[in-house]
Amino acid sequence: MSIPQEHDYIGLSEPLPVEKSSDKILPSSSASGIEKNSVLNLRETELRLGLPGSESLERKAGNWVSLFGKDLKDESGNGLCQGSLKSFVSGAKRGFSDAINGSGKWGLSISGGSEVDLGKNDVLFSPRGVCKGNNTMQSCLPGTSVKEISSVKAVEEEEEKKNESGNTAPASKAQVVGWPPIRSFRKNTLATNSPKNSEVAGKSGSGCLYVKVSMEGAPYLRKIDLKTYRCYAELSSALEKMFSCFTIGQYGQGLAGQERLSESHLMDLLHGSEYVLTYEDKDGDWMLVGDVPWEMFTDSCKRLRIMKGSDAIGLAPRTMQKCKSQN
Amino acid sequence: MNPDPKKSKVLPSNLPNSNGSSHPHSLFPDEVLEKVLSLIDSHKDRNSVSLVCKDWYNAERWTRSNLFIGNCYSVSPEIVARRFAKIKSVRLKGKPRFSDFNMLPRDWGANVHSWLVMFAKAYPFLEELRLKRMTVSDESMELLAKSFPQFRALSLSSCDGFTDDGLKAITTHCGNLTELDIQDSVTVDVGGGWLSCFPENFSSLEILNFSSLNSEVSFEALEKLVSRCRSLRVLKVNENITLDQLQRLLVHAPLLTELSTGSFLQELTPRQYEDIESAFGNSKNLQVLSGLWDATSFYLPVLYGACSGLTFLNLSDAVLQSGELAKLLAHCPNLRRLWVIDTVEDKGLEAVGSSCPLLEELRVFPVDPYDLDHRHGVTEMGFLAVSRGCRKLRYVLYFCRRMTNAAVVTIVQNCPDFTHFRLCIMNPRQPDFLTNEPMDEAFGAVAKNCTKLRRLSVSGLLTDTTFEYIGKYAKNLETLSVAFAGSSDRGMQCVLEGCPKLRKLEIRDCPFGNAALLSGLKKYEMMRSLWMSACNLTMKGCRLLAREMPRLNVEVIKDDGSDEIQADKVYVYRSVAGPRQDAPSVVLTL
Repeated sequence: MSIPQEHDYIGLSEPLPVEKSSDKILPSSSASGIEKNSVLNLRETELRLGLPGSESLERKAGNWVSLFGKDLKDESGNGLCQGSLKSFVSGAKRGFSDAINGSGKWGLSISGGSEVDLGKNDVLFSPRGVCKGNNTMQSCLPGTSVKEISSVKAVEEEEEKKNESGNTAPASKAQVVGWPPIRSFRKNTLATNSPKNSEVAGKSGSGCLYVKVSMEGAPYLRKIDLKTYRCYAELSSALEKMFSCFTIGQYGQGLAGQERLSESHLMDLLHGSEYVLTYEDKDGDWMLVGDVPWEMFTDSCKRLRIMKGSDAIGLAPRTMQKCKSQN
Repeated sequence: MNPDPKKSKVLPSNLPNSNGSSHPHSLFPDEVLEKVLSLIDSHKDRNSVSLVCKDWYNAERWTRSNLFIGNCYSVSPEIVARRFAKIKSVRLKGKPRFSDFNMLPRDWGANVHSWLVMFAKAYPFLEELRLKRMTVSDESMELLAKSFPQFRALSLSSCDGFTDDGLKAITTHCGNLTELDIQDSVTVDVGGGWLSCFPENFSSLEILNFSSLNSEVSFEALEKLVSRCRSLRVLKVNENITLDQLQRLLVHAPLLTELSTGSFLQELTPRQYEDIESAFGNSKNLQVLSGLWDATSFYLPVLYGACSGLTFLNLSDAVLQSGELAKLLAHCPNLRRLWVIDTVEDKGLEAVGSSCPLLEELRVFPVDPYDLDHRHGVTEMGFLAVSRGCRKLRYVLYFCRRMTNAAVVTIVQNCPDFTHFRLCIMNPRQPDFLTNEPMDEAFGAVAKNCTKLRRLSVSGLLTDTTFEYIGKYAKNLETLSVAFAGSSDRGMQCVLEGCPKLRKLEIRDCPFGNAALLSGLKKYEMMRSLWMSACNLTMKGCRLLAREMPRLNVEVIKDDGSDEIQADKVYVYRSVAGPRQDAPSVVLTL
């Protein structure tokens, strides 16, 4: 089977191996039914070019984007979807590089109207991408550092302090030999940790983590880079924009400052919304998004699926138990 | 008057009797003295004993069996061979500590070979050799393997120079080996064939550590080895060993007290998961656990069954978040030592404070030492949280990107028993995060409050005031590490005039010049060594020191591109062996 060349909406292409369903499941998995479905539905969930119902498996560059755009424009209010999503990403990148070149403040605002607050925007992109360009540091580690955000207040205070004390902009600091005093073997170990994690989790070699997003009833899937989001709220709003023709639950809203959902939150969203966001983790289980800390989620998420709320109810009891046992 | 040094034993008939002899020592027979002294292990005590009088000096040197040499160049193999007769175990240290951070040229020295040649002649019954920061060639290993029929234990810490061939010689020929411990040794791909060279009937191994060696070993050979070495109590494997392989090893060795796992990330079947979980559950004797590369929250729970007896948990290879650490620590109430990576952040350290009341040692390593994003890692809050919960803390190594004077003052009030306080604020010359002042008061508080302090590493923005405090209050300080600190020569002078027990002083990137260097003239002979790099020393000052103090070796390492006047890297140490003969060309001995 030839590996399709996959391009996402930004135009970055990352050839990925075709995912095989794993026959290794975990003891806690009781969702064999769901897994069977996912195995059987592989054909349906495969990325395909062409209009819904077409049998063609080939893809050509550019068709993907235009098809999506065309469809979107047909729906009211969705004409902005792709555009805003694009600017969500590219605007953010501009904003970030402005921050580096300009005031030296790390804070940045996202054009494109994300409702995520300033604290989270600050750390939207790992500065490592910028690190590489700006100085002669040894290769920065993608994704190893924690994505958990310390309190927004502390972040803002820190920025003020930095500006007041007049420290040199960190981006321009050169590396000093033998400083910090860390043993070489320790550095090697830590440097190899990150690529391993991302390889296992996202099957990608570089600093991005593309996963497929499918939606029940949608004729085609999307691909998103999990590394471009810092928390569930951002992921949620991005997916909302992407699939805004469908309703996505309110699960993201309650997450500011929290790492995971409480029991009541889960029940709220399951009962209150038509659709829920689920993901397949490394072990082949389908999990409710929002249980685990963001970093853990990105490490273990292989693909995302927006399910009808009624289908997802079956997940809830097990998730509850996991929630309870983890707390 | 003195007993003949060559005499082997004092026979009763030789004893001077009380009415015939002229000195009071004769009432105390040498034989008895030797018997008593043979019970004394501590080399410090033995050194004191040997200074009492010549009788005691001789009695001591006949009975010393454990040899400790803190600086291999402070004495020569020949001198050692002349003095001591019955050495069975040797501990030898070579390069200055800053070699760990790539600050020494490759071929700087500390090669063990000349020592082994001497040992082969003088101590054929040598049983143990423990080396730190020394170069060990394959040739040396072969010599070691073939020269000592009773050889039992080899421990190499931060050593280099050997390959698979050298290790093969050891595993092939040392039939009585109980310990093979290779830690932190920075080697290129060494090769893994050595493990397969243990003979089929070899079963004496008790300690095996190859966790820092990169190469794959044959798992089949390892499994067979572990299953036939019934006394194995320490097993530290490298990252290449997988989880299910680990499970099989654990089944063969349920009596392990120390374990370092391999990679902790692997897709397991449910059965495999259960198996590894029960294997850990059966390891009731585990006290020390490390390795855990790539461990994630899914796999950590397999450990829980083995955690209740843990006293030392080394997570410095496991990139964990705060929640994962908290959950793990909930199962480890008896922890005395904990090493973590700063991805656990302050929140993780709060969990340390609340879960580990018996904690005595904490080390926090940075996941990315060059990370410019100052929001990651740990801060003063995490350290404070630990100090509130772990009042018995006595050893800390803390890498952070922000710290305050107030926090440190509170910390040492909570924990006055610190013996080792190593604080590394990673941004050089960074002031107090809140007040923007120097961190003088922080380390002043450490010096004042922690009366048992033996080792101190300072960082952040520091003026001479810090060193005034240290010199004045740190009466038990033995090791001091200074970087990017001080305002003038006075700083270093305060320390040299103050700390009476100072033995090792290492300084880099400080504004200390010749005046500071020369103010310690009298002191250096009482110290093991002094290191100064990127300070304001000149060749003139170093030559003056060398001239004034002939029993000090003053070595200057020339960097490329440095001029004839500046002395970039200076290493000063006392020696009874004179200047060393094996220095490479970049090292000048003055």
